[in-house]
Amino acid sequence: MAESTVPRIRTSRTLPTPRARLRYRIVVSTLVVLAVGFTFGLLAWDNPMPVGSDGFWRIAELRATNVVVMAVVAICQAIATVSFQTVTNNRIITPSIMGFEALYVAVQTSAVYFLGVAGVLAVKGLPQFVLQIALMVGFAMLLYGWLLSGRYGNLQVMLLIGIVVGGGLASVSTFMQRLLTPSEFDVLAARLFGNVSNADAAYLPVAIPLCLVAATLLVLGSRRLNIVALGRDACTGLGLNHRRETMRVLFLVSVLMAVSTALVGPMTFLGFLVATLAYQFADTYDHRYVFPVAALTCFVVLSGAYFVMRNVFYANGVVSIIIEFVGGLVFLFVILRKGRL
Amino acid sequence: MTALVGPNGAGKSTLLTMVGRLLGLDAGTIEVAGYDVTRTPSKDLAKIVSVLRQENHFITRLTVRQLVAFGRFPHSKGRLTVADEEVISRAIDFLDLTELEDRYLDQLSGGQRQRAYVAMVLCQETEYVLLDEPLNNLDMRHSVQMMKHLRRAAAELDRTIVIVLHDINFAGHYADHICAVKDGAVVEFGTPAEIMTDDVLTRVFDTPVTVVDGPNGPLAVYY
Repeated sequence: MAESTVPRIRTSRTLPTPRARLRYRIVVSTLVVLAVGFTFGLLAWDNPMPVGSDGFWRIAELRATNVVVMAVVAICQAIATVSFQTVTNNRIITPSIMGFEALYVAVQTSAVYFLGVAGVLAVKGLPQFVLQIALMVGFAMLLYGWLLSGRYGNLQVMLLIGIVVGGGLASVSTFMQRLLTPSEFDVLAARLFGNVSNADAAYLPVAIPLCLVAATLLVLGSRRLNIVALGRDACTGLGLNHRRETMRVLFLVSVLMAVSTALVGPMTFLGFLVATLAYQFADTYDHRYVFPVAALTCFVVLSGAYFVMRNVFYANGVVSIIIEFVGGLVFLFVILRKGRL
Repeated sequence: MTALVGPNGAGKSTLLTMVGRLLGLDAGTIEVAGYDVTRTPSKDLAKIVSVLRQENHFITRLTVRQLVAFGRFPHSKGRLTVADEEVISRAIDFLDLTELEDRYLDQLSGGQRQRAYVAMVLCQETEYVLLDEPLNNLDMRHSVQMMKHLRRAAAELDRTIVIVLHDINFAGHYADHICAVKDGAVVEFGTPAEIMTDDVLTRVFDTPVTVVDGPNGPLAVYY
């Protein structure tokens, strides 16, 4: 009743009602609390020293690398997927279909195939890490540039080619894996599950700046992304160069995906899951509000899964499995309950 | 208000989208208000000419008002001022969307959504407004309402509206000029009185048309 006595304020802001603003604040606070909780849990759980003592911090520091890696991966995956879905006008795909992961798997597999178990070591190290990122970004840009600048260039064709090339690379990798000895395969398999422990602290000085710069550029372009989401024609009509904007976003997305994949390996489902959940949680179209929720959700999912794997199941290696299992269930639950994407 | 009419595949929409620089030109130049559409920066053109296609990708969780607010993008780059909000309110009221402004787009009927998009283009406050078949999928009542709204926009807001229409009788009644397009070329241009004749319409549409005197002006009968 109180609402009818107050004249309604006519505003176009993203969260027009006090209720919507309160809801958004609660969502963000909850995510922050969970993120802090899991971070603390990861650093302090099973830490034999009392909290706050010198020894505690020494042990926590050893584990801090993992937390930083998770933060980097969370930002990369979340921002990249949300942006990618916007420029492709499609809410049910992830940038990994552009073949990043297939390329990663192919590089890892051929290393082991040609060099044996020593191959795993051959693709570890900072120069190799940078090389892998460059390879993935180069591959993606070749695909984008060729298809989007040509006369018949369009996004659907580009996606299709990306899927086909990715599928081809995956088949070649599978074939090579067949020919490996069981012990070589075993070593390789550990690298092919997305795993935070794959990351080496030495990679971080390269990964963090790349991730932060690309993510910041995308977040600063939120207002333009909102327009891009309207589709090519409406976007051009409003005076925004759709092709240039798309290329810019795709380039930044490929940097983020390459960093994340080269750092921890394939995380196919994570970005998609997190983007979908973020749209449900943020309940708005506006990228300025969706991005923070997506990145936080991603970190909570990752750190939560890691915490559970490490301290409940004592299965250190296979975080991506729990993410895909639990994440998939949560995803289905949310979609079936709300009935829309 | 100028109506573009012609048979299917004649190039009405192509012409309109080229003028609105959504489609590149194969040859020649197009000028709007003295500006060459291929040379003028897109963001400057967005303050001179606005264009709306038939089909629009619509985003979920976007309210009518937020959609209309996108029309201010060429002016404010997404940072809305108080003045922008007033323009938005005016455009919404103008198209009778006041009651619906806080509804989400996916909660609207096709006709209401179409009106919301038209409000967005009007909100862009351009001298020229190009609309590609805005009556598509609208029933009689909504079609008439839409045409009345557009007439008022042309008269009261002093806009030049170019509209692709399928129904020649709508064009004959509401437009000031009719431009007939056939096989990729403009074949007739004139006032409704000049175009609405048996012989011109039969030639343009390649089908026998008889124009009769209706209660509110000439009516083309073709069935």
